[in-house]
Amino acid sequence: MDNSTLFALLILFLPFTAFLYQLFFGKKLGAQTHLVSLGIMGIVLALSLGFFFQLFNHDLTGPILDVSGEWFSTGAFTLELGFYIDKVTIIMLMVVSLISFLVHLYSTAYMKDDPRYSRYFAFLGLFTFSMNGIILSNSLIMMYLFWELVGLSSYLLIGFWFEKNSAANACKKAFLTNRVGDIGMFIGMLLIFFTVGTFSINGITGAVTNGAFEGNMQLLSIAGVLVFMGAVGKSAQFPLHIWLPDAMEGPTPVSALIHAATMVAAGVYMTVRIFPFLTPDALQVVAVIGGITALGAALIAITQMDIKAVLAYSTISQLGYMIMALGVGAYQAGFFHLVTHAMFKACLFLCSGSVIHAMHHSLHHLGDHHTDPQDMGNMGGLKSKMPITYTAMLIATLAISGVPFFSGFLSKDAILAGTLSYYHTYHGWTIFLPIAGFGAAMVTAFYMFRLIFKTFHGKPVKPEIHEHVHESPLAMTAPLIVLSVLSLAVVFTLPQINPLDGHGWFAHAVGNGAHAAGLDIKHVNDGIHHAHHDAMNISLIVATLGILVSSLFYLFKIVNVEKLTSILNLIGLYSLSKNKFYIDAIYNALLYKPFMWFSKLASTIDWDIYDQKIVDGWGWITMKISVKSQEADYNWLDQKIVDGFGRFANYFGNELRTTQSGVVQNYLMGGIVGLVAIILIFQQF
Amino acid sequence: MNLLESYLVISSILFSLGIFGIVTRRNAIAILMGIELILNSANINFVAFNRFGGMHKLDGHIFTIFVIVLAAAEAAVALAIIINLFKNAGSVDVDEANTLKG
Repeated sequence: MDNSTLFALLILFLPFTAFLYQLFFGKKLGAQTHLVSLGIMGIVLALSLGFFFQLFNHDLTGPILDVSGEWFSTGAFTLELGFYIDKVTIIMLMVVSLISFLVHLYSTAYMKDDPRYSRYFAFLGLFTFSMNGIILSNSLIMMYLFWELVGLSSYLLIGFWFEKNSAANACKKAFLTNRVGDIGMFIGMLLIFFTVGTFSINGITGAVTNGAFEGNMQLLSIAGVLVFMGAVGKSAQFPLHIWLPDAMEGPTPVSALIHAATMVAAGVYMTVRIFPFLTPDALQVVAVIGGITALGAALIAITQMDIKAVLAYSTISQLGYMIMALGVGAYQAGFFHLVTHAMFKACLFLCSGSVIHAMHHSLHHLGDHHTDPQDMGNMGGLKSKMPITYTAMLIATLAISGVPFFSGFLSKDAILAGTLSYYHTYHGWTIFLPIAGFGAAMVTAFYMFRLIFKTFHGKPVKPEIHEHVHESPLAMTAPLIVLSVLSLAVVFTLPQINPLDGHGWFAHAVGNGAHAAGLDIKHVNDGIHHAHHDAMNISLIVATLGILVSSLFYLFKIVNVEKLTSILNLIGLYSLSKNKFYIDAIYNALLYKPFMWFSKLASTIDWDIYDQKIVDGWGWITMKISVKSQEADYNWLDQKIVDGFGRFANYFGNELRTTQSGVVQNYLMGGIVGLVAIILIFQQF
Repeated sequence: MNLLESYLVISSILFSLGIFGIVTRRNAIAILMGIELILNSANINFVAFNRFGGMHKLDGHIFTIFVIVLAAAEAAVALAIIINLFKNAGSVDVDEANTLKG
């Protein structure tokens, strides 16, 4: 085993040992138990860094590691598990181990005094283990295994405060919604497997290149879309996005790690992996789903009052961007946005956690347990009280809004160029994609600054709460600082420092991707290159517009927001957004209610009719028959026949004993009479 | 009626008388006498069949002599039993000899 394999195994299994330790010995160190997890994550981070520096080895072409071993063999086929590490893998590993480490650090302060402290770290370890598994796997089947494991750890962490009914419901919702996508993914995997006979991603790509689906591209399209369904569930794309806002019931560091930066990006990562064999038709479906999600979720985010709900819809919207980018063939842009988004969105969530933490403590201090610490309606003017949090959140907000000098600008710009170029190629209805892209960009800038203004600027809405708010401890602010620095554009473009040009080490490392199923990747990239300037100009305009409108509304308060709201609501626009386009209500009416009605019906049939009438009826009949049969048995069989034999024998015995007189002559007499009788009888023959 | 039949009739009468004696008498000695009668009826049969029934030479005669010898032995043993019975029970009535009855 060479070093790379050993390191990969360590990166995969060290977090698992943290999980086992916290699970079985978590109580040993008491409040210091996080040291073990933190240490292990530090080692994982160091190992990932070791891989990371190999990116700059220019001689390196192709994968760093591609090993697999047999898992089991049934004779007809063999299942193999293995690692595949190329540059994309390394960047993703780096993102996950860095954010996981920072979130571990942050949690030591945020989760302090929680009664299930060690369990929390156990679940974080389990999550990191499974996420690394997804990243490192070289086959769809291994990815699927870890895919379910991240689903499990997400379920456990969303429902971490399961005493709250809402948390318990949210984790069930997340799990079940993901199942819908995963079923599709599994069917898609099997469709591909039965054609090419392998689950290995490289194997499938190779087979597709060699024409395994020649003349049967529809099958590959369908299989591709089905596999992509897994990503729709995991990355919270329309129409399976409903679980992510509810998932905010989990602790905020978990939202940052799992529901913003890494696990939800696993769907995008998986799409990146299967990108080479998604046919142009399948990619079109991907692009449209991404576009709908990007715009729809952004529109919902405008009206949310819960600070985490805004960020949750923002996450859905940004994931939509990534998916859309992959759909239009902008492979590099999609993955780039995944990485930049992971940084600034983790930062945003951790900042919101810092705010919530401070609000919570202030409310606790006041003895107020009814006010919602997450409601932006109770905040305002926190800037002076929490300067570090404010600065970090502002940087991340600038990044997500697509302002130059910040990372989001570069990645979003590349995606928008991709959608424009797609429209230039296909025309017609595909204008929806750039509209969705630019629209979502403007709306994003608007609602993110709305969040900033409402939280940190203006006068405190509730001065008594504001009074007791304090900046969070170092363990929480340090990750904010690191992540906000990583939200700067220059981090990703070195050695290039022009903030308007995204060509740096990152672009070099990721490349433009390859395609095996009929997409001309060179043509796509030329188109993106041409559309680049237009896209940049428009995106600068829309971002400025969004920020401007937002500051007019919420910073300078020139426009009366309430009045505008009521005007918009004349045609129901405000309610539409506030109620999340009624998608939850529609699912409730179309799926939940009929299902519950059917369940109730089934229960009625089962209990009231089948159980109470038929089963109990059988019981009643059996009982009656038993009574009769018992009577018959006792009165007739027992009393008459069985006892009758006894009485008969008794009577006969009594009668017969008189003949046994003991007088030999009587016996002799009997014998002679019998002999004579026998002789007389036999004489007749 | 030929000669064999008349012998058989005589022996049947003797046999019946012997049975009658055994069944009806209470006196042990009378019962013993009935047994002697039965044995002698058998002897008559042996001799009669030897003479008329086609048996060769003296088979019947020899059986008869054996039976007489056995009868003498039997009579000796039986009389010894009867004497012991008389000593113990004070009577030779067989109905009295029921001490083994449960």
